[in-house]
Amino acid sequence: MNEREKIIEVKELVKKFGNFTANNKLTFDVFKGEIFGFLGANGAGKTTAIKILCGLSAPTSGFAKVAGWDVGKYPNKVKSNIGYMSQKFSLYNDMTVKENFRFYGGIYGLPGKEISNKTSYYLEKLKMEHTQNVVLNEIPLGWKQKLAFSVANIHDPKVVFLDEPTGGVDPVTRRQFWEMIYETADKGTTVFVTTHYMDEAEYCERVSIMSEGIIEALDTPAKLKEHYGVDTMNDVFIKIAR
Amino acid sequence: MKAFIKKEFLHIFRDYRSMVILFGMPLVMVLLFGFAITNDITNARIAVLDNSKDVVTRQIIQKLVSSGYFILENNITNQNEIENVFTRGKVKEVIVFESDFANKLITGGNANIQLILDASDPNTANIVTSYTSGIIASYSMELMKQRSIAPVNINIESRMYYNPELKSVYMFVPGIITVLLMLVSAMMTSISITREKEMGTMEALLVSPLKPFQIIIGKVMPYMVLSFINLVVILILARFVFMMPVAGSLTLLLAESLLFILMSLALGILISTISRTQQQAMLLSMFALMLPTILLSGFIFPIENMPAILQYLSHIMPSKWFIIIVKNIMLKGTGILYFWKETLIIIVMTMFFIVMSIKKFKIRLD
Repeated sequence: MNEREKIIEVKELVKKFGNFTANNKLTFDVFKGEIFGFLGANGAGKTTAIKILCGLSAPTSGFAKVAGWDVGKYPNKVKSNIGYMSQKFSLYNDMTVKENFRFYGGIYGLPGKEISNKTSYYLEKLKMEHTQNVVLNEIPLGWKQKLAFSVANIHDPKVVFLDEPTGGVDPVTRRQFWEMIYETADKGTTVFVTTHYMDEAEYCERVSIMSEGIIEALDTPAKLKEHYGVDTMNDVFIKIAR
Repeated sequence: MKAFIKKEFLHIFRDYRSMVILFGMPLVMVLLFGFAITNDITNARIAVLDNSKDVVTRQIIQKLVSSGYFILENNITNQNEIENVFTRGKVKEVIVFESDFANKLITGGNANIQLILDASDPNTANIVTSYTSGIIASYSMELMKQRSIAPVNINIESRMYYNPELKSVYMFVPGIITVLLMLVSAMMTSISITREKEMGTMEALLVSPLKPFQIIIGKVMPYMVLSFINLVVILILARFVFMMPVAGSLTLLLAESLLFILMSLALGILISTISRTQQQAMLLSMFALMLPTILLSGFIFPIENMPAILQYLSHIMPSKWFIIIVKNIMLKGTGILYFWKETLIIIVMTMFFIVMSIKKFKIRLD
């Protein structure tokens, strides 16, 4: 494990809002090509941590390095090397599929030709070639999520952050979505994912569980279950979150 | 950046409702406000050029001032100053008495008064004229009774400056320019930014390598262009449909408009940082911007006639100052020397809004 390249390095990371400590001394590493599950109850401090890792807000103390760059000092270098997809849908509903690809490719500075290559590559993979000139409004949610994931990968980021990517999606589409995640990780992209579905936590290589600003547990799903002496990740989560 | 601006235009052209607002608005406004609205006057400022300085002229001036409708701003001594007091924008009317007025009136039964009006606001000019004539007429009746002389006749001749035909279009074009620039710039930007917040795409933009100022410029650029096009459309309409010329420098007018657009955009960004939803942004722009702009800027209702508290309130309306500037350039043909103060006020307001919205934007990020 130690020979793997570290893509995310977090040491003693603290974020305070006034007297409230949202993140208390987080320390963990995430490796290249890993699928890392970042779990925690609502309000446990997940969103704050993700914001820091994405370069959106600076840590109060401690240190975090993403894709080789210190997030506090070089947020923009971090931003160019990560992809992001949120629970709220991040594409534009009033633009066509192609226009969405073009826009996101454009803001990441990809040349026009590469954008069209990438667009046809992803659409072909999703078997959605016929939709390229369809306005996004008319596309079902599950498909949109898959598109959003592809768009988040358009600039070949080193890490993609997925913030509850499968919220409100049917089980079949969720399954397909996870296949896409595996494929992406196989290509060497690190996937950093938050979710409230514990069956999805089982799919992750390693999982961390946060509670009240600190990381309570961090290991592979199998070891976590063994450690807490339970059969499912669901039970692990309930034990910790309590 | 280019991709961003392109995308923003796509949003606008896809959304036919905003297109209607953008291009239907000038039409509706022109039609609506074409039917001019009459209102009363109080405290109209006047100047007097008294070439006679006798008992009668003094009594007439006394009558006018004590009527409550007029305030005597200054006495001028020669013809050349008339133009001057108007361009300085202080007075609405100059009253000119011919020399040897009392003598001509009492012995000859006939004397002349000339009323010169600033008709860039034609409604007010009309009303001021009729009030003045009324007071002078009742004075001549009194005079007849007092001195029991044969009927006397005071001839009143009025001249309209800047807008000789009293076209009300001259009044509402500057107002419409102001309202539209404000609407398109402030309201549309604030709505389009809050829409991104609502949709969740704002997050996606913030985690992209685009810097916040690039996002903001990308957001406001298209609206700046559209506002400018709107302005040109209105000016062309005014010129060729209503035959309303731009008396002053067109370049100066466009430059001042650009400044006002910039201010409105900054205001729009500020609104978007304090409102969470599109509806909020819309309501805020409507009630905080549009209504005061229409009601308190002097667009329809002359500010001088408002109660004192509203007059003070009108000072903080950026649109009030911009309307003064536009009227000056379009109707009076004056240069920057005559409205540098107004320009400065708008510049200060612009800076204020920009600083405020940057502060708010940062707070929100954390």
